[in-house]
Amino acid sequence: MNIFLNENSLSVDEGITAYEIKSQHKPDADVVILNGFMIKQDAILHADDCLTLIQKGTVPERDELEAQLIARHTPGVFQKVKRARVGIAGLGGLGSNVAVSLARTGVGKLLLVDFDVVDPSNLNRQQYFISHLGRYKTDALKEIIYQINPFIDIHTRNILLDPSNIVECFKDVEIIVEAFDNPQCKADLVNTILAKCPDKYIVAASGMAGYFSSNTIQTKKMMGNLYVVGDGVSAAQPGCGLMAPRVSIAAGHQANAVLRIILGEKNI
Amino acid sequence: MQINGKAIDFETNVSITELLQQLKLDADKIVVEVNMKIIPREHYSLLLSGGDEVEIISFVGGG
Repeated sequence: MNIFLNENSLSVDEGITAYEIKSQHKPDADVVILNGFMIKQDAILHADDCLTLIQKGTVPERDELEAQLIARHTPGVFQKVKRARVGIAGLGGLGSNVAVSLARTGVGKLLLVDFDVVDPSNLNRQQYFISHLGRYKTDALKEIIYQINPFIDIHTRNILLDPSNIVECFKDVEIIVEAFDNPQCKADLVNTILAKCPDKYIVAASGMAGYFSSNTIQTKKMMGNLYVVGDGVSAAQPGCGLMAPRVSIAAGHQANAVLRIILGEKNI
Repeated sequence: MQINGKAIDFETNVSITELLQQLKLDADKIVVEVNMKIIPREHYSLLLSGGDEVEIISFVGGG
């Protein structure tokens, strides 16, 4: 029968166990992951099982690294996300968190769009570091993602999106994440994509300011191919700020909505 | 007509602009769909008819 060892097909005898493969191929491995789950006891392997062997304290060669990065994924997910192309409009608290989540998941192509540079008021909720202050968010985020998953094909655009350039900017992606701060920009992007690109999916966000209950943030499927995340009411305004916990909850909803769309789970 | 799934009665025909004023919504921060079709902002003077199904999403700031 065939199994997959570090994502490569391997012909093995029926009845062979995970630990037997380990002793044959990587006896020093101290992490054994079978079909996305780290096992602590030996297990008999079955046809098409995915086994990953990792030796802690070593940096693997590039050709082994990608398989090890996604060893904890649900089997079958990686092959689908690798082919996906996602655009992210706005790289603030929502966009930088969504981009990092999708990069960790192994989404093949990410288009990162923002006109702005990193400033100190961003660091309370966005993925950037002190060393990024003053740099374009596109460049800073690209650098962060390369440190997490160097196999992502990252494209960047330093532009201010408006109805005149939205269609052209996102022509090569299937899914768009609306991650702006400004409500008018949010409405412009969603209106433009729904009206002019009805085949694309758009995952927008509205209402994640403050420290209100986490459980009021929801994902809803709305008109056309639109999904909207948030509580719908908590605006950022004087007296009500934006902070990492609730913004990253909303970003997590958006990233999971994107992942579910890629995997064909179109309902909420 | 149905607005976000709720039936609302109007005595006369209203435009989208008038509807937005009644609902206290800012035309620049919303998406409007009438009978499953997205309406561009420049067409908000469109008069709605009885039986129209209207969906409105209003965005608040933050991200």
